[in-house]
Amino acid sequence: MQLTARHQEYWSKNLRITALLLGIWFFVTFVLVFYARSLTFNFFGWPFSFWVAGQGALVVYCLIIWYYAHYMNKLDIEYGVSEGEE
Amino acid sequence: MFGNEKQSKSEFKQGLNKVYTWYTGGFVSFVILLAILEQVGMPKAWIGYSFLAATVLLYAGIGVMSRTNDAAEYYVAGRRVPALYNGMATGADWMSAASFIGMAGTLYLTGYGGLAFILGWTGGYCLVALFLAPYLRKFGQFTIPDFLGARYEGHLPRLIGVFAAILCSFTYVVAQIYGVGLITARLTGLAFEVGIFAGLIGILVCSFLGGMRAVTWTQVAQYIILIIAYLLPVVWLSVKHTGVPIPQAVYGYTLEKVSAKEEQLLKDPKELEVRGIYKARSDAAVEKLKDVPGSMAADKAAAEKKVEELKASNGRLADIQAAEAAVGKLPKDEAAARAAYTAARTSNAARSNPPVRHAEPFPGKDDAARDIARKNFMALVFCLMIGTAALPHILMRYYTVPSVREARESVSWSLFFIFLLYFTAPALAVLAKFEVYTVLVNTPFANLPEWIARWSSVDASLLSVVDVNKDGILQLAEISIGGDIIVLATPEIGGLPYVVSGMVAAGGLAAALSTADGLLLTIANALSHDLYYKVLDPNASTARRVLVSKMLLLVVALAAAYVAAQKPADILFLVSAAFSFAAAAFFPALTLGIFWKRANKWGASLGMVAGLGVTFYYMVTTQPWLYKLTHGVAITPEIAKANTWWDIAPISAGLFGVPLGFAVIIIVSLLTKAPGRDIQDLVEHVRYPSLDGKTSAGSAAH
Repeated sequence: MQLTARHQEYWSKNLRITALLLGIWFFVTFVLVFYARSLTFNFFGWPFSFWVAGQGALVVYCLIIWYYAHYMNKLDIEYGVSEGEE
Repeated sequence: MFGNEKQSKSEFKQGLNKVYTWYTGGFVSFVILLAILEQVGMPKAWIGYSFLAATVLLYAGIGVMSRTNDAAEYYVAGRRVPALYNGMATGADWMSAASFIGMAGTLYLTGYGGLAFILGWTGGYCLVALFLAPYLRKFGQFTIPDFLGARYEGHLPRLIGVFAAILCSFTYVVAQIYGVGLITARLTGLAFEVGIFAGLIGILVCSFLGGMRAVTWTQVAQYIILIIAYLLPVVWLSVKHTGVPIPQAVYGYTLEKVSAKEEQLLKDPKELEVRGIYKARSDAAVEKLKDVPGSMAADKAAAEKKVEELKASNGRLADIQAAEAAVGKLPKDEAAARAAYTAARTSNAARSNPPVRHAEPFPGKDDAARDIARKNFMALVFCLMIGTAALPHILMRYYTVPSVREARESVSWSLFFIFLLYFTAPALAVLAKFEVYTVLVNTPFANLPEWIARWSSVDASLLSVVDVNKDGILQLAEISIGGDIIVLATPEIGGLPYVVSGMVAAGGLAAALSTADGLLLTIANALSHDLYYKVLDPNASTARRVLVSKMLLLVVALAAAYVAAQKPADILFLVSAAFSFAAAAFFPALTLGIFWKRANKWGASLGMVAGLGVTFYYMVTTQPWLYKLTHGVAITPEIAKANTWWDIAPISAGLFGVPLGFAVIIIVSLLTKAPGRDIQDLVEHVRYPSLDGKTSAGSAAH
């Protein structure tokens, strides 16, 4: 079937949010870990880099996924591509 | 109870809420009842039996209640699992023996280095959510090779997918069954091999009778047990040490104390003495390796001389017998001697190392070593993340939710439920370490707690204490502890009642069984649905397909149990190998299939083969166990170093496979013909939840 301009726009919005969230994921995972040896200031008892890898990053991952689901489910409705109720 | 077509969605969900609330209450009461019985004197063995029997019967009961022969029910649980429950089931499916038993142990042994597993096994869900789950749900078939077959037009990509799915799931399931054997042996005192087959019954009765439907509802039940079992001892220890019941928030202060104690142990003269003895033993082994036949003769002479001396001086009978046994145990030929000396060199060298500083990222003797450690840490995180987003038994779970919308929410729930355990594991490792460093170290050998003897008797490689410097006091360097027992032994290390130990073991069993269920189902489905039905006999009736699947399930389970009984490598390596395989085989083909319309059959087929091939090749040439299996001789540090690329450890072999897979798919696709209009339409179909406002029911009847 032929896609309309709105369909294209929906997909590019999807790609944009995916790229943005992936950027955050990359920063938390690889950039912070790369500099782990320098980020060892005390953070409530933990060295900061230990806390990030053990706790902080996990919270960020949860938020990324939650936000994506929330954003996309809204976008589906906005662009009329959501599934109808059973 | 577990749903039928007539119920509405909300009725179904309310029913589930009720069932599982009652169930959780029932489990808690069961534990409390056993705790009371323990106080009035019920023997420990009975507590172990009760946990084993009660949980396995429960899973079997759910299996019987959800038995089915309907294809949509058998393969994808009728596609009506609500997001929340699919999240729980995914959590149990996901958290294997390695997560439950192995991970906190790895953290205990390697400190910061072990956090790679925490990061990798949670961060991978971001990739599942962003790149795969919603699209696969929209596609809505039964298996992952189904997607490859449809998107890349033909049997070839499907069959490569089947092969890869079986390879990684089988590697993974062996590790689970090994875990089951370990726990059953511990809970009941049965032999390890018997434990394996006892556990196998628990796995089979469920997936065999009800396929995905039974596995889903059992996994939810198993999740509830495993999460309670994991959290309770940690909370208890936390209250004991800090007075706060939220270990995740306060173990930073315990970590500070552990770090202070480490500095002390690093300089302690007694510790240095013990490590020096191990260093000397390792050096002696290196000397022996220079002249193997000569060393064999010298060893034999020394051992015989010891027997003579003991006899001459009227030594104790037990000593004489031990010395004679030592003569009998000497290696028989040169190859065996070489292997024994090499093993002695490696193990003693490892034990002569000072303890790692728990909180230090990438420890190393100089900057070069630290850079290698960092590189490997990041490579491992990369492989585990990509592997997470490519394991067929996890991706398959997102076929079972009712809609794309719920698939997205379901990933969110999945990670939340997994997060609860992973967020806690670092705390558990630190608290256990604190106990060992402060309570166990410097205890006279005569006063050691009795759990040490009990665990050493299960398997000496898991725990052994030897008074190496003969001072009668336990030094840290004299403890050899396997990562796999940290979680199982934590209640005992912390001095908690035995009922908690039983519950933790039941939790570990739930983790291993639930993952094994999901994996066996993946393998059996790949064979019965993709190979038998789609390729060999497309006219097979539904009932026949389900029957074939059940038979295959049995065969695969027995084969996996047989391999596990050989005690191949450690759990964590097997599991990580599965991740590298899955990452290299599936991730490039699946994501490009959705995000790049130009990817075609030849690109995907060759890309999968290339990715998998290079990953496998790298492991075979660098991993000790695989090297010995394929080359017939043990690997030496020299060979390993020569075969290693860019200092990457074999566990992260996927680091080479994934980029190669992407590159080959892109290059070959561009060199060959673009896929046709119908494939472009399929890609558009999966990209939009609905192009016409209707629910994507999937082809439930298919």
